[in-house]
Amino acid sequence: MKKTLLSLMALAAMAGTALAADVKPAVVYGTGGKFDKSFNEAAYNGAEKFKKETGIDYRDFEPTSDTQGEQALRNFASRGYNPVVAVSFAWTSALEKVAGEFPDTKFYIIDSVVDLKNVHSIVYKEEEGSYLVGLLAGMKAKSGKVGFVGGMDIPLIRKFACGYAQGAKAANAKTEVFQNMIGTTGAAWNDPVRAGELTKNQIDQGAEVIYAAAGASGLGVLQTAADNKKFSIGVDSNQNYLHPGSVLTSMVKGVDLAVYNAFSDVKNDKFAAGTQALGIKEGGVSAALDDSNKSLITPEMLAAVEKAKADIIAGTVKVHDYMSDNACPM
Amino acid sequence: MSTASVPLPGWISYGVIPLINLVIAFFFSGLVVWLIGENPFEALKYLIDGALGRGDAIGFTLFYATSFIFTGLSVAVAFHAGLFNIGAEGQAYVGGLGAALVALALDRYVPWYVTMPFAVIGAAVFGAAWAFIPAWLQAKRGSHIVITTIMFNFIGAALMVYLLVHVLIVPGKMAPETRTFLPGGQLPKLDWLMAIFGLKLGPAPFNVSFIIALVMCFLVWLLIWRTRFGYEMRTLGISPSAAVYAGIPYVRTVIIAMLISGGLAGMMSLNAVMGASARLQVEFVGGAGFVGIAVSLMGRSHPVGIILAALLFGILYQGGGDLSFEMPNITRDMIVVIQGLVILFAGALEYMLRPVMVRIYQQFAGRKSASQKLAGT
Repeated sequence: MKKTLLSLMALAAMAGTALAADVKPAVVYGTGGKFDKSFNEAAYNGAEKFKKETGIDYRDFEPTSDTQGEQALRNFASRGYNPVVAVSFAWTSALEKVAGEFPDTKFYIIDSVVDLKNVHSIVYKEEEGSYLVGLLAGMKAKSGKVGFVGGMDIPLIRKFACGYAQGAKAANAKTEVFQNMIGTTGAAWNDPVRAGELTKNQIDQGAEVIYAAAGASGLGVLQTAADNKKFSIGVDSNQNYLHPGSVLTSMVKGVDLAVYNAFSDVKNDKFAAGTQALGIKEGGVSAALDDSNKSLITPEMLAAVEKAKADIIAGTVKVHDYMSDNACPM
Repeated sequence: MSTASVPLPGWISYGVIPLINLVIAFFFSGLVVWLIGENPFEALKYLIDGALGRGDAIGFTLFYATSFIFTGLSVAVAFHAGLFNIGAEGQAYVGGLGAALVALALDRYVPWYVTMPFAVIGAAVFGAAWAFIPAWLQAKRGSHIVITTIMFNFIGAALMVYLLVHVLIVPGKMAPETRTFLPGGQLPKLDWLMAIFGLKLGPAPFNVSFIIALVMCFLVWLLIWRTRFGYEMRTLGISPSAAVYAGIPYVRTVIIAMLISGGLAGMMSLNAVMGASARLQVEFVGGAGFVGIAVSLMGRSHPVGIILAALLFGILYQGGGDLSFEMPNITRDMIVVIQGLVILFAGALEYMLRPVMVRIYQQFAGRKSASQKLAGT
């Protein structure tokens, strides 16, 4: 009884702080689902971090269709949630409508741009991060053959592929890059079996490092590469720990940080509309180095990555963005 | 005597039995909800309230139902000819291309009511075209329609993604979709219809295609039960050998039935593409084609039954989404389980309760006719 009373008091105290700070955050995930160990999970981790540090709870929702995504955004806004973070380019048009209906609510969208007074858009320069991991892949692959397994065949994923190919060729101009997309439907984000088959195929052709940009399907790529004693590259979240000794590195997109910052900016009353394009310079994308992959990265590789980073920041190396002209020079 | 062959009056087989099935389905769903530690009655309240509680909720429910009516009719028409069309999903997807092309071409020049008939034709023609090859392969080569239509779903998805990523995309945009149609390419919302009942539609995308769907229901009824071709289709569906013996051309009947079926599936895109989002998007069908199979099964392939079943699934879709929003413990996977239970009990296990009902009915009817006899003497 005492315990419940105490927890009730704690709850009341928490509710009190939440009211005082006037922040009731909410997250609407992409249709891939919350626990994809990749993109959406990064957003979830950011929200959890905020909750742990501030004690302010948040709500989230996993829509299954575009109509549901729009309803979820509207439901959160109409119940006074603020800020509302839309995690996926799929909610672009939905947010355009909803943000117009609730001008006092602060919205964030990740991976897309919505040009409204109460929306903060966050996009990433995935091509830069992919360039770095491509460079590592090109240096690691003695055979000169590397692979790329993408999720659904959409411009965003081609952007990853294009940056990766550029990086691999920067390491060794003769590098051959195999590219496969898992599918043409949303199921492609959640099909680790097919992803594994494509990986096996690329390994049979001689690929030594395979980069997965495929949401939850990427787990199949990582698994297959580990089973065949080859290397793989994870995406969005740091996936190095999944198969230590096989995952060469991960192209980390700071989605967790973006969600965390979104929550705390609104809490601290520092919301600003506009678009943020996060690249290497801004710390938005990076190649993950930690204890799990330390043994796989030689000092030369490390030096090459550091140099590439510096060159990209300085502007001496320009990584072509597939989205800029819907074409890849590679 | 076998109880399966005893004729039951319509109000029992089309009214009482489905209702009991539904109650059983909800009972088991309630058990599942209870097992994960939530209150099933509260869950039911959220489900019903989320689907029918407010004007915009009803609007969303009817919006989903509109899509399901189209795909349900599509599956039903093929089913009457003994064909199992699993390809409504792909036919609707490609049908969306037809609707979108019409809208993109005309929206700048004419108002929506001029665009609409062309869009209906465009959607139907593209949907029918996507059903043609499987139909031809079935009719001429005997390739099973179930296999070919499933495969065409994937080919359709590949085609549409290619077109949306390479051809129809707005350059520089992240999302693979066409530009937004101007009002001339959009189907207006039916807010006036809701206003008659004193309800506010709000943001729900309930639109004119609902009326088109109802018209199609009537036309399908006319086709199946009031025309010669409908009779031929039904004959073929019951016994292909008897139909051929009676001089009904197999190839022609199969192909035309599938074309009609594909056309109806294609029209589903009017609701999603021109009614709701005013643009062609990847994956806009979102499983409505497959739900159509369940709707047709539950509706016993009759337009009235299909409307009712489509409404039920609309409630499950809209209410289910609201339920998982209100009760975060009930994840979206749980909603799929609940929908699956409804399909299982109301669709697949149709005949489970029939023998019991027949026995009860016979007792009741037997007593009644006996008492009538007594009264007569």
